[in-house]
This record gives sequence, structure tokens and C-alpha cells, in this order.
Amino acid sequence: MSEPSAASPAPFDLDRLQQLIELMEKHGLSEVSLRRGQEQWRLRRGSPAPVMMSAAPMAPMPAAPPPPMASASAPPAAPSAPKDDGLLVIKAPTVGTFYSAQTPEDPPFVSVGSKVSPQTTVCLIEAMKVFNPIPAEVAGTIAEVLVKNGDAVEYGQALFKVRP
Amino acid sequence: MFQRILIANRGEIALRIIRACRELGIESVAVCSEADRNTDYLRLASNAICIGPAQSAQSYLQIKNIISAAEIGNVEAIHPGYGFLSENEHFAEVCRSCNITFIGPSPEAMARVGDKVSAKELAKKAQVNLVPGSDGLVESEDEALAIAGRIGYPVLIKATAGGGGKGMRVARNDLSLKDGLKQAALEAEKAFNNAGVYIEKYIENPRHVEVQIIADQHGEVVHLWERDCSTQRRHQKLIEESPAPNLPQSVREDICKAAVRLIQAAEYHNAGTVEFIVDSDNQFYFIEVNARIQVEHPVTEMVTGIDLIQQQIRVAAGEPLPWKQRSVPCNGAAIEVRINAEDPENDFRGSPGKITKLRIPGGPGVRFDSHVYEGYVIPPYYDSMIGKLIVHRPTRAEAIACLRRCLDEFVLEGVKTTIPLLKRILSHSTFVEGRMHTTFVEQHLVSKDRS
Repeated sequence: MSEPSAASPAPFDLDRLQQLIELMEKHGLSEVSLRRGQEQWRLRRGSPAPVMMSAAPMAPMPAAPPPPMASASAPPAAPSAPKDDGLLVIKAPTVGTFYSAQTPEDPPFVSVGSKVSPQTTVCLIEAMKVFNPIPAEVAGTIAEVLVKNGDAVEYGQALFKVRP
Repeated sequence: MFQRILIANRGEIALRIIRACRELGIESVAVCSEADRNTDYLRLASNAICIGPAQSAQSYLQIKNIISAAEIGNVEAIHPGYGFLSENEHFAEVCRSCNITFIGPSPEAMARVGDKVSAKELAKKAQVNLVPGSDGLVESEDEALAIAGRIGYPVLIKATAGGGGKGMRVARNDLSLKDGLKQAALEAEKAFNNAGVYIEKYIENPRHVEVQIIADQHGEVVHLWERDCSTQRRHQKLIEESPAPNLPQSVREDICKAAVRLIQAAEYHNAGTVEFIVDSDNQFYFIEVNARIQVEHPVTEMVTGIDLIQQQIRVAAGEPLPWKQRSVPCNGAAIEVRINAEDPENDFRGSPGKITKLRIPGGPGVRFDSHVYEGYVIPPYYDSMIGKLIVHRPTRAEAIACLRRCLDEFVLEGVKTTIPLLKRILSHSTFVEGRMHTTFVEQHLVSKDRS
């Protein structure tokens, strides 16, 4: 069986490779694995230059670094620390169906530009026929609404971005 | 047949159920906690939904989270696996009231076999032997002596409010029984505020033999032969096998038939296991029913050729069992070892962490059921079992040789495991000669517990 050559990739692939490298650096990823059909790429940071391998298909490695091991209790789904864009994220504290307003006839609790304080109800998440009002838990202005009325959301899913 | 099933569990059993679903053409919805989000097997499910933080109490054990995920996942049934909510009657009831099929017995059947008193009544009704003893508390010394005379020494004096080995003493004759009763009552009053004691026949060096049963919703109950799970440490199973070694065929048939009678009396459907202890005279006594699929189910799958998880799903979907009792074989010998991430040199405390190297054995008759892989980080929040290695060969001696060879091939680095202890057990004469009982590991193979 002939080994796939490690010869220079086609020009199209070089652009893609460059993009991947930049993305990895920007997001602090140490390993990225991609597969399309018979072609597989695996890039690993930590050596002077990321190494590209195009090998026969094998089981994909986990794409993201493993989650940290907590010895104490894990923090609740609190809004995360400000990201690059300086925005806070309101995450779903429970799994269920997202509703943006009290009833279908009502206007949404919040929309882009709405001011919120920690106690402001920003949405409802329905779980098992119980409609749970979700408080903002942060103060600021809604910058982005990430889900639509009626969407299924999982625990920890990002719902809103807030400018503090 | 169901179109979509939710798996209310994690780890190796979740993967096992996903595999069964894939083969049946059923979509699977897996749930995960935040700690399990990146586990590789989730990609094999049609959909994975995060239902809570790492702690089981807030994720895998939270009924409303599971049901909520079932609703947004649009499933018709839930497979609870083992542990977690699998024997939770309330959960089974909630599923039913939400029109979701619980893949397991009805809440009522679960209650009938789950309650100690009710289970004993069922055993009596089904003419299944119980451990002989007093029927309730012992009221007087004379009563105790009469019972001991009837059931024979040695007897065990037990505090009714005790548990987990506390408040028990053995009496081997009338004198020690009289003394023991007084002592036990005093101790029980002091420790549990309840001086009530009862008496049971003391089974020395018991074997743990359990029978796998499965029943459909049309009244058919079938046994899938027995498993010997005597190789334990502190009541935790280490090795399970089928058939039970050195058990006469007539005893095997009797114990399996007894299990079927009890399950019939309980009007129970789906898979379950009836547990017995067996004494040195091959007399067996009913202990309890496990109303769920068990960790060691692969052992039975190998000797019978039956996919138990698929069959559970089929039964839950209303299908009749496709075989009669007479066509259920028990071919060859299968042995399973549980591989736990535990440090045998530090009282078997959990050893979470990253698996830096993993080489899984292979060859004829070798099966490895596990969700772990090289690079996987074992989280500290859940049980320590990381995989089950099962072998199936024509004879028990060949199965032992195969298992030893597999454990020599096995490489797992980065965390401590119980593999060294398993190797020693597999070389110990008690195990090789098939003379296991539930305390032989502690007696011969591990240092005295510092309990």
C-alpha cells in the first residue's frame, strides 16, 4: 500500500493551512484534527511550526483540549468573564425550551439595546411544563440575542451577550 | 419500534446502548454533564445534550433535566442504563406520565421486587427458598433457641436497625446464642436506639450466584442462565463469569427455574437479575432482585449469543421474545474482569486523570466494553470503572488462559488501575479451581481493610 506523500500541498491547501494556523493561535488551540473523506489533517502546536500530516484514515483525536479537572465543586453556569470583545455571556442554567416572552402575544422580555440589572428576567426556559424565569445575573445592555423563541437549549448554552 | 431513544446515563453503558440503537436503526440522544462534554462516544449518538454541571445530583440524577432533554430531543423512550435513575420508581412513573416509554419494568413491578418485605412475600409465593430465620424480631431467648434448633447452627444475630455489616454477630451453639443475644441487644440499643434483633442462618463462605432473566409484555419469562459473581472486594464485584463453575447441572436448572417463578409472580417485564447465595452444600437462598440491566451483562451475552440491550429495547417496544426457554444455549465459558481506575496500593482510592497510553488486547473471543481512549481524562465525579474486559472460550481453563494473556498485553498508563490485583486473582488456586466465595479476595489477596 503506497504511503500518502508528505510532499507540498496544492496552493489551495496552503491558504487553508495558513487560516487554520491563525485560528489555532487566536483561540489558543493546541491540536486540531480535520477529516474529509480519505483526507485527514492533524495540526499540533508546541513545536516551532505546526506539523501537517496527511495520513490514511484513523480514529479522530479529540478536537479540543480536555476539560480541566475540578477537585472542588464546579462553578454554576454563571456569566463568563469578559471575552475578547468585552461582552459578558448569559448562559442557560438548565436544559429546555427557550421562550423570549411571557406569552406568544407579549413583547419579548429583552432585545438588543435593553438595559438589564441582575434581577431582570431575560427569558423563560421551559422544562417539564414548568416555565422557569431566567435572571440576567449581570448588569448592562443586551448586545446580542443568540437564540430564537422556541429553540431547544442545553445546560450552559450561550443565550445573550451583554455589554457591561 | 422506536424512532428515537434517550440514554439517561454516561460512560461505557451509554456507549453500549448507543451501539445497540445504531444496529437497530434507532436514533439515539445522549445526555452529558459539563464534565463529560468532550467524551468521544457522544459523536456516535445522533444528538448530545448537556443537562447540567459535573455533579451527578445536578445532572444525571436530576429527573427534570432528563425529561426536559427527552422532550427537546423528541424521543419516544428512555434507556436508564444501570445505576443513576435505573431503579428509581418515581422516574419510571414520570416517564409514563409524560408518555415516554421507560425501557425497564413498570414502576409497580419495580416496587414489588425492590421492597425487601414485598420481595420476600413474592419468594414465598413462588416457592423460592429464603435464608431461613426468625420471621421478624426475636422476642425471647426461648424463641431464639427454638429457631436455632430448627434452622441449625451457625446462626447470625442481626440488629434490625443495623446495616452494612454493623450490629451482626455469629453464634455457633446455644451458649453463644444466649450470650450473643444479650450483647447484641445492648449494642443495638446504644448504636441505633433500637434493641430489636432477628436471627438468620449464617452461610459461611457463600457464593454469589445470580440469574439473568428477561420477560416480554406478553407474559413470557425466560432465563438466560446464571452468573457467578463471588470474586468481590468489599461487596464490589471484580470478576463475573458464566456458567457458575462446579455447580451441578441440576442445581443450575433449579436456581434458574426458581428465578423465573419469582419474576412471574412479580408480573415483571424487561430484563432483570435474581440474586442468590449458595452454601457449601449447593443449597441456594434468594437475596434480592436487581430491576435493571447490570454491569456484567456481557458475560451472559457471550454464552447465549443474545444481545441483551437490543432485546430490552424490543421488549419495551412491545415485541414478543423471539425464543423459547429450550432454545437458550449456554455455550462455552465467559469471564469478565472490571478494570477500575483505582490505586491498589492506597486502599483502592480513585485514580482520576489522563490516560496517556492505551493498548487494548485482541484475538479470538476477546471483547472490551469501554468508553475510554488514549488522551481521555477520567473525571473525578463518577464511579471508577473505566472498562470491562470479557473473554469467551470453549472451556473455563481456556478462558482463564486467554484472560491472563489479555491482561499481559493490556497497556494503560497515566492512571492507576486494578489490573495487577486481577492478574493475581486469576493465578490464585481458589479462582483457578473454581472454589470462589465472597470473601476469598479479602482473605487471601489484599491486606486487611482498615475499616
